[in-house]
Amino acid sequence: MLKIKELSVAVEDKEILHDVNMTIQTGETHVLFGPNGAGKSTLLMAIMGFPKYKVTKGSISFKDRDITGLSVDERARLGIGMSFQRPPVVRGVKTRDMVAACLKGRGDGDAIAKLAEKADLQDFLERDINYGFSGGEIKRSELMQLLAQRPELTLLDEPESGVDLVNIALIGEMMNDLLEKNCPIPERRCMGLIITHTGHILDYVNARTGYVMCDGTIGCVGDPHEMLATIRERGYNECIKCYLGRIPLHEEN
Amino acid sequence: MKKIKASKDLHEKAKAAASKPATYGEDINLNKFIPGDEHPYQPDPSKLSTETKEKMLSAGIMLDDPTQRSGTYLQMDNSPIHFSARQEGVEVMAVSQALEKYDWLQDYLWKAVSVDADKYTANVELNDNDGYFIRALPGQKTIYPVQACLYMERAKLVQNVHNIIIAEEGSELHIITGCATATRDEPGLHIGVSEFFVKKGAKVTFTMIHSWNPETAVRPRTTTIVEEGGLFMSNYLLMKPVNTIQMYPTAKCVGENATVRYNSILVAVPGSNIDVGSRVFLNAPKTRTEIVSRAITTGGYIAARGYIEGNAPDVKGHLECRGLILGEKGVIYAVPELKGNLAGIDLSHEAAVGKIAEEEVEYLMARGLTKQEATAAIVRGFLRVDIEGLPSMLSDELKKAVEASEKEVM
Repeated sequence: MLKIKELSVAVEDKEILHDVNMTIQTGETHVLFGPNGAGKSTLLMAIMGFPKYKVTKGSISFKDRDITGLSVDERARLGIGMSFQRPPVVRGVKTRDMVAACLKGRGDGDAIAKLAEKADLQDFLERDINYGFSGGEIKRSELMQLLAQRPELTLLDEPESGVDLVNIALIGEMMNDLLEKNCPIPERRCMGLIITHTGHILDYVNARTGYVMCDGTIGCVGDPHEMLATIRERGYNECIKCYLGRIPLHEEN
Repeated sequence: MKKIKASKDLHEKAKAAASKPATYGEDINLNKFIPGDEHPYQPDPSKLSTETKEKMLSAGIMLDDPTQRSGTYLQMDNSPIHFSARQEGVEVMAVSQALEKYDWLQDYLWKAVSVDADKYTANVELNDNDGYFIRALPGQKTIYPVQACLYMERAKLVQNVHNIIIAEEGSELHIITGCATATRDEPGLHIGVSEFFVKKGAKVTFTMIHSWNPETAVRPRTTTIVEEGGLFMSNYLLMKPVNTIQMYPTAKCVGENATVRYNSILVAVPGSNIDVGSRVFLNAPKTRTEIVSRAITTGGYIAARGYIEGNAPDVKGHLECRGLILGEKGVIYAVPELKGNLAGIDLSHEAAVGKIAEEEVEYLMARGLTKQEATAAIVRGFLRVDIEGLPSMLSDELKKAVEASEKEVM
């Protein structure tokens, strides 16, 4: 279980998230909607524990343990994994090395080859990680690494953005594998938190709960499919007005 | 002691340049160093002391099992103490001896490197000196590399080396050179002149590993002439401490379709002053070059230079200089230079100097690596230069040498 309690997060002394509450039960996948600049990525970064994202109030606990003070790698080793929107190029570090690091000795060359096949990245294993990768290749490579890492909590930041229609099915399949979609609900142990703009990803994952985020707070909580329908019909502004009782701050400027 | 002697004219030129400072690098007072003792010839180099062999091994020289080598040359201070060839069609000997054997060799002396380039080249000509003569006969292809070691045994000494390497037409020659010192902390000066001649269609790979001590001053002076369709590939590894080194090896592509590649890995610890570059003149049509350097400082100074000059149509050159500053006090000065003297040439460069990107470390940490493991992986990746065309045995050895030293870097 992931439990976020009254979490406030600042980046460079500016508070971005205010009093966020969220609980993801073991086996559940939740979806985060919201306009640009709402703070969705900040929430994911804070859960992963990047030092730039400072928790100023509240707590994050994972598997009944308070992880608010843990470093990124400690959280990764506890079972939290994240796909990066724009991961850096690391020259000289091969894609194979990254997958091997994620496997932590749990698989050999064969395991790496199988994962690469699954992600359709066989020809990328000997290339420097992310060097010259297209948007779709980055998404697949991120999911391939997560499949090697097998996190219990997977954080995905717009996994479908920049991906063409052919690849979206492949990405959906990899996400399902990560989130154990085909596993009976009581036996699922994996959790997911997915940021989506378009909602396309809902066709591929079993998301139980949706949130609309704006100006660093979570307003609506509900069925993600219904939420998406409302957002599509009326736009974010209407949706947010409903729970904020005012127009969102980013619209004022 | 035998000695290489050039013509009177050249000797006079050397005299005139005896106090001419070099363009780059700090000026070294040559009078601080003494000439070398003579060392006896050693027919079986495996009988050298264990300590000496270990020092040589740290620079890639294998003496106990020479089956993976097609020849060996060992020079201790200014005395050649062993030379032998194991493969037909490959000649390995002291230049002084080769001059007795071949009259024509006189014409190669100071043909590629100018005797009056600076006081260091002049010093080699004007004093006791010797070096290796390595030659592949026409069409001969070596499978295993020839190994050559320039070893500084005595402290406070100046080692004057003059090497001549000739790859005759259509031949293939691989050389691994290791330089090392016997003492851990005594000063010494190594001056190494190397003249390479890569004839039509020949291929030479030259892998040089330096393993000096923190007090050694080093001034190599190297020029390579590459003829039509020839390939010269130089790989240089400097990961051990040195006091001061300045070199700017130069290649001149004089025949069509000649190709030159330089790869350098440089590490400067606190107290090391390194000024190393690679320079290529593309003087004939369709000649190509690629220069790659990786520099890491943990506190020392590195000037990483590169120069490509295009003087003929349809030439292509690329220069890549990347520097990583680990620790607080290091300096990396990257100087990539390009000069195009006519239209229809294609020269480019990229240079980057900085610390390890925090973002890269965090990316690896998000996969479960500790900060230390992530940093190590990034540094290892930085030092990984995939060298196309190098025999796998040599690239494995180079990789091993990098791995053996990278711990000291981190």
